[in-house]
Amino acid sequence: MTTPAIELSAVGFGYDPRFPVLEAVDMRIERGAFVTIVGPNGGGKTTLFRLVLGLIRPTRGTVRVLDADPARARERIGYVPQHFACDPLFPVRVQDVVRMGCLGGARVSRQTARERAAEALDAVGLDGLGPRWFNSLSGGQRQRVLIARGLVTDPEILLLDEPTSNVDATAEDAIARVLEGLRGNMTILLVTHTAAVASRFLDTIYCVNRRVHAHPATDKLDEDLMRHITGFALAPGDISGGHAGV
Amino acid sequence: MFDFWQAALTHPLARNALFAALLVSLCCGTVGTYVVVRRISYIAAGVSHCVLGGLGAACYLNVAWGWTWLKPVHGALAAALLSAIVIGWVSLRRREREDTAISAVWSVGMAAGILFLYATPGYSQDLMGYLFGNILLVTNQSLWLLAGLDAVVILIVWWFFHQFQAVCFDEEFARLRNLRVDAYYILLLTLTALTVVALSMVVGVVLVIALLTLPAAMAGRFARSLGQMMVFASLLCAACCLAGLTISYRPDLPVGPTIILVAGAGYLITAALPRRFFRRG
Repeated sequence: MTTPAIELSAVGFGYDPRFPVLEAVDMRIERGAFVTIVGPNGGGKTTLFRLVLGLIRPTRGTVRVLDADPARARERIGYVPQHFACDPLFPVRVQDVVRMGCLGGARVSRQTARERAAEALDAVGLDGLGPRWFNSLSGGQRQRVLIARGLVTDPEILLLDEPTSNVDATAEDAIARVLEGLRGNMTILLVTHTAAVASRFLDTIYCVNRRVHAHPATDKLDEDLMRHITGFALAPGDISGGHAGV
Repeated sequence: MFDFWQAALTHPLARNALFAALLVSLCCGTVGTYVVVRRISYIAAGVSHCVLGGLGAACYLNVAWGWTWLKPVHGALAAALLSAIVIGWVSLRRREREDTAISAVWSVGMAAGILFLYATPGYSQDLMGYLFGNILLVTNQSLWLLAGLDAVVILIVWWFFHQFQAVCFDEEFARLRNLRVDAYYILLLTLTALTVVALSMVVGVVLVIALLTLPAAMAGRFARSLGQMMVFASLLCAACCLAGLTISYRPDLPVGPTIILVAGAGYLITAALPRRFFRRG
C-alpha cells in the first residue's frame, strides 16, 4: 500500500492558544488526487497550506507530506500563492520568474533551467512569452506564469491558493483549463472562492472552517456547497459532518 | 566646457578622477539596482551617514594615538559593514522598529564622526571633504581600492544573481525554495556597505544615497530585467559623474554636488516623461 501524499492526524494550530485557527484536523489525501478546498475567509485554508509546506508547525498532532516531515518534502511541492502583489516597476522577464522555481533544490545548469522554464510556460499555454517583461502581462497571464513557476521542477504536489482571485472570467477559464490538463499528473490542492472554478473540480472537496470535513461526493454545486465556497453565513467552526478521511 | 577632458589627458588628478568615476559607476549601478528594487534606500542612507563615524575614529587614532597604519578608509569600511549588519539584524529580528534603529545608527555615526574629527589635531577642516567628497583628490592607491571593491561586488553579484533576484522579487517563495533569505539579505546589505564606501570617495557621505538610487531609478523605467537595469544604471551613473566633472571643472564648483544635481535633473526628466515612452513589452 502506497503512503498518502498528505496526512494530517489530530492537527491543531493557533497563533494564540486561546484562539485556535485549526483544531482536530484529520485528512488523508492520496497521491494523484485533485482536492478542492473551500471555506470562508479566516477559516484556516491558508494556514492549512502553511502547515503542509512546513512554514509553521502544528501545536497539536502530526503532519506528514510524501511520507516525510513537511519542511523536508518542500522541494517536491509546487506552490502558487494568493494575491501576489509585485512591485509594478520590478524589471524581470517572464522566463526569469519561472526559473525561480528551480532554485534551492538540486543544482541545475542554466541551460537546463531555461529548457524547463520553456516547457512549464508551454504547459500553461504561454509558450513564446518567456522574453516578455512580467509586468506587461495581464493579471490572468501573470497568474499562469506563477503556476508555471510552481510546475517547473515537476513537483509531486501542487498547492494553489486562490489562483483565480482578481482575474476576469476569461482568465479564470484559461486557468481552469490549465488545471484540467494537470489533473491526474500530480496531487493537486486547490483553494478557491469561485463557484465557476469549483464546479469543474468536484472530485474531492474539503470544507475548512477551523475544522475540516470532506463534502459528500457530488457532480454539481448544491446550496450547502455554495455556502462553503462563498463563506456566506458561516460562523467559525460551523461545519456540518464529521472529520474527513478520504 | 571641455577643460576637464583636456586636463584628463595631461593632469594626473583629472585622469584619476575620470577613472574613479568609471570604476565607482560599476558597483553603483549594480548594487544601486538592488537598493531600488528591494526598497532599502533608507537603510543605505543610514549606513552612508554612519561611515563618517568610522572615518573620524580612524583619523583620531591615526593622529592622536599614532596608529599610522590606520587610514580613514579603513575606518569607513569598518563602520559601513558594522552598521549594515546591525541594521540587518534589527530588521530581521524585528525586536526594535527598523526605522528607529536606522535613525539611531545614522545620527550616532555622524555625531561620533564630527566629535572625533573635532578632537583630531589638524583634521577638523577636512570635515567638508568627507561630507561632500572630492573626486579630484582621488589617489592612485584609492583607484586600486575602488577596483578591488568593484571586483568583490561584481563577483558576488554574478555568483548569486538568481538568488538575489528571487529574494528581491518574492521573499516568501524564495523561502519556500529553501533559500537562506536572511543570509542573502545580510549579504546584500554588506554589498551596499562596500558600495557606500566607494561612493563616499566621490560624492562624500551625505550625497551617497542620491548617486546610489537616482541612476538605478532612471534605469528601472527602461529595463525589462535586473541585468539590463544594472547595465543601464552603471552607464547612467558614469554619464552623471562625467557630466558633473565636465560642468564643474572650469568654474571650480564642488564636484560632488554638481554630479548629484545632474543625476537629479535626469531623474526628474525621466519621471516626467509619459509612460508610453518607456513601453517595454
